[in-house]
Amino acid sequence: MIKIDELLKQTTSTPTVKYTVKDFQSDQDVRWCPGCGDYSILAQVQRIMPDLGIPHHKIVFISGIGCSSRFPYYMNTYGFHSIHGRATAIASGVKLANPDLSVWVVTGDGDGLSIGGNHLIHLLRRNIDLNVLLFNNQIYGLTKGQYSPTSEKGKITKSTPYGSIDYPFNPISLALGASTTFAARSMDRDPKHLQGILKRAAGHRGTSFVEIYQNCNVFNDGAFSQFTEKETKDDTVLFLEHGKPLVFGKERNKGIRLNGFTPEAVSLSEGKYSVSDLLVHDETDTTLAGILAEMTYKNSLPRPLGVFLSIERPTYEEEMMRQIEFAKEKRGIGNIDRLLRSGETWVIK
Amino acid sequence: MTTKTTKTTKKIDEATIRFAGDSGDGMQLTGTQFTNTTAILGNDLSTFPDYPAEIRAPQGTLSGVSGFQIHFGNRKIHTPGDSCDLLVAMNAAALKMSLSSLVKGGSIIANTDGFSEKNLKLAGYTDNPLKDGSLFDYQIFEVDITKLTEIALQDLNLSGKHVDRSKNFFALGMMYWMYNRPIEPTLKWLQSKFSGKPDIMEANIRVLKAGWNFGETTEILKVNYEVAPAKLTPGTYRNITGNQAAAWGLIAAANKAKLGLFLGSYPITPASDILHELAQYKNFGVKTFQAEDEIAGVTSAIGASFAGDLAVTTTSGPGLALKTEALGLAVMVELPLVVINVQRGGPSTGLPTKTEQADLFQALYGRNGEAHIPVLAASTPSDCFAMAFEACRLAIKYMTPVILLTDGYLGNGSEPWRIPESAGFPDISPKFPAASEAFLPYSRDEKTLARPWATAGIPGLEHRIGGLEKQDLTGEVSYDPLNHELMTKLRSEKIQRIAEDIPPALLEGEPSGDVLVIGWGSTYGAIKTAVLRQQLKGHKVSFLHLRYIRPFPKNLSGIFPQFKNFLVPEINLGQLLMVLRAEFLIPAVGLNKVQGLPFRAEEIEMKIEEMLSSEL
Repeated sequence: MIKIDELLKQTTSTPTVKYTVKDFQSDQDVRWCPGCGDYSILAQVQRIMPDLGIPHHKIVFISGIGCSSRFPYYMNTYGFHSIHGRATAIASGVKLANPDLSVWVVTGDGDGLSIGGNHLIHLLRRNIDLNVLLFNNQIYGLTKGQYSPTSEKGKITKSTPYGSIDYPFNPISLALGASTTFAARSMDRDPKHLQGILKRAAGHRGTSFVEIYQNCNVFNDGAFSQFTEKETKDDTVLFLEHGKPLVFGKERNKGIRLNGFTPEAVSLSEGKYSVSDLLVHDETDTTLAGILAEMTYKNSLPRPLGVFLSIERPTYEEEMMRQIEFAKEKRGIGNIDRLLRSGETWVIK
Repeated sequence: MTTKTTKTTKKIDEATIRFAGDSGDGMQLTGTQFTNTTAILGNDLSTFPDYPAEIRAPQGTLSGVSGFQIHFGNRKIHTPGDSCDLLVAMNAAALKMSLSSLVKGGSIIANTDGFSEKNLKLAGYTDNPLKDGSLFDYQIFEVDITKLTEIALQDLNLSGKHVDRSKNFFALGMMYWMYNRPIEPTLKWLQSKFSGKPDIMEANIRVLKAGWNFGETTEILKVNYEVAPAKLTPGTYRNITGNQAAAWGLIAAANKAKLGLFLGSYPITPASDILHELAQYKNFGVKTFQAEDEIAGVTSAIGASFAGDLAVTTTSGPGLALKTEALGLAVMVELPLVVINVQRGGPSTGLPTKTEQADLFQALYGRNGEAHIPVLAASTPSDCFAMAFEACRLAIKYMTPVILLTDGYLGNGSEPWRIPESAGFPDISPKFPAASEAFLPYSRDEKTLARPWATAGIPGLEHRIGGLEKQDLTGEVSYDPLNHELMTKLRSEKIQRIAEDIPPALLEGEPSGDVLVIGWGSTYGAIKTAVLRQQLKGHKVSFLHLRYIRPFPKNLSGIFPQFKNFLVPEINLGQLLMVLRAEFLIPAVGLNKVQGLPFRAEEIEMKIEEMLSSEL
């Protein structure tokens, strides 16, 4: 047994080691259903970890309840598989107690948007430097197939035999509405894109919100197939790239322009519109991010993937530490005997 | 200032006075000022703030009455007083609501301006009680406090609102004269409080002095009183409320343990003052996180504990209910966590500003599964310091959540406190494991059964925890039936072993007798007073007050066989009673009151005497 000060000394003097993917794989058997989209997401997360240059003892994965929430067991880092919906709140406490840590929240559409919706929106407005990976499969998997807050209206499930009458959340719009400083979307079936987005999220100072389309091949198979399958992907997905016009299509001959405040898909090959008529993506524009996010459930428009928004705002923990330093400077480092004797006291002899 | 010779000063041993007025009249502030001055004078004292849940209930109504009672004396004072000797009634509603707590023959200082026709109607009086002879049992002193305040401020050009808000200082000044207290401590307070608002400061100072001078010169008040300092243990004293004491106990424990202090909390009456208090001490490195709800309050604290801070969440009954699931998680992951429940009247929203002890069952049993959590209870406002410190010590040493029960009466009540030296605080030295190849997150200390606190960030100890059942030693997820039973027993045994580490319960009185009174929490003062009086009468009555309810102190089983009868007074329908009967098979009986009010000592005495007489 040794004291924490000595350990911290050890921590800071740890030489920079080159990590490999293997260093981030735990010894636990991965137990998702065969064919689950979670396997790919786990692989991509493990793949990018060595590139972050953060030693694995300084990384914490925190989850709630649901299929995706098994994730921390498979990472050879610190991990906390907590209770339903609360991962974001637990992670907030972890980060505030030790701002040195790289903290990742793994949640799902049920865990993060239903039971944990309140904690999620408050995390986003506070801008604590956490990375939130929301695996969206539009279904409750672990409880065997009830509709979720992102299931499409009319969805027939065990709990909605006549079709769901709930209108679904659009997670990116929700995050933007909660004043997130980073919002992005990717999918399990596009490893390269997902890796890029994960690295962007890791590099962002403040809360990074990443929605990841994830196929549940048991209870909601093919929910995103039109976006993930080769035959349709080019025409149904719009990859957002900062500073570039919004072009899509197999032949790269379609684009998005604004009609008033409403985005519309136009053809570039009919002579009516050219690239210069198209919207140019700007990750720092919150208004634009909102417009792009609203394209989500419009069938006439391609589904945007990529970084919707990435802006700078002081993080909660920076401001908290600043106040602590300010108070120490102004009032002197706290002394308990002085505190107990502050204000009115009197002596009995 | 000296008292004129035409007036007489009577020496008395103790007095109880009550300030009562509209919730906007500043009665809590007036009471607090009187308390601080009285404490500085060296009297022992106990206070009882009693205010409505509404911030500003409709003016002049019965529901808007805010009261502050203080009992002070030249001897040890254990309760805010069963009844008061003097009542300051700022309006008719205040009189009506407080009259039952005034002793027969007691004095009423009535602000006549508060007895207008409208005030009388709002209070439900058909005739003015000051005039209709209905108060013949009492001495009435009619003073137009509002008018006298206006006169004192007439050349200051203040708004009517500000003039009206100063009138409580007139009442305070009068009471300072009445009980021979100096006005200087309040002057000093006003000067620092209103340093940025010189006109308000000047107004309040003038009115305070006017009140004192009125007492000295008026023909109606002929007697004032002197209460000599109490003979208290030598030392440096201060006045402290339970909530402040709890907050400071947490800071002291974090300091002793050399850990950061993290509070995750959501505002709730009557616990919010702990959050307010801690938020002031960022220079101690205290992190206060006002969470989005009660659940985030506790779960953020669990996260902070995982990362190595001393983590705390503070709440009241309904909030504790919301934290229930997370407490089970804390039990499962075996991380230190301190939960302070400042109890209030329940169930549901209940009586937010009134006191009750009805969350004992919730603290002991309110979780799914076998989720044993140590439960401590503070007995007086200043005891909140010691017990908050103790909760932290046990949480860290045994790697467990700990619930500390206080209540609104303790949290808002105050008493003089002999300030301890930090050098004498019990040891808290968290031990963090060193990196090792064969690290086992669920290995245990042989003596305490605590698992190692491998806080996130320590190299070489990367491990995963969670709410699923753990395999013994490795902490991996396990569904093995025998392992589940083993872990359930280990978690329970760990809590039982705390009994080896806590002081024996203090038996006050003879070690055997006819009646043993057993209490817990804020009933301490009332029971103590009742038992002392019974002992003076020669009755064989002893008293045991429990500050540890799970586990119980080890000496209880040796004490109980020495008594014939057991009385358990509680501000609930008999919760400790049931636990004691179940665990020790003693034929205890309860004395139960659930009126949102503390016990009066005489209520307990009557019950003791009833038990003694049926004994004969």
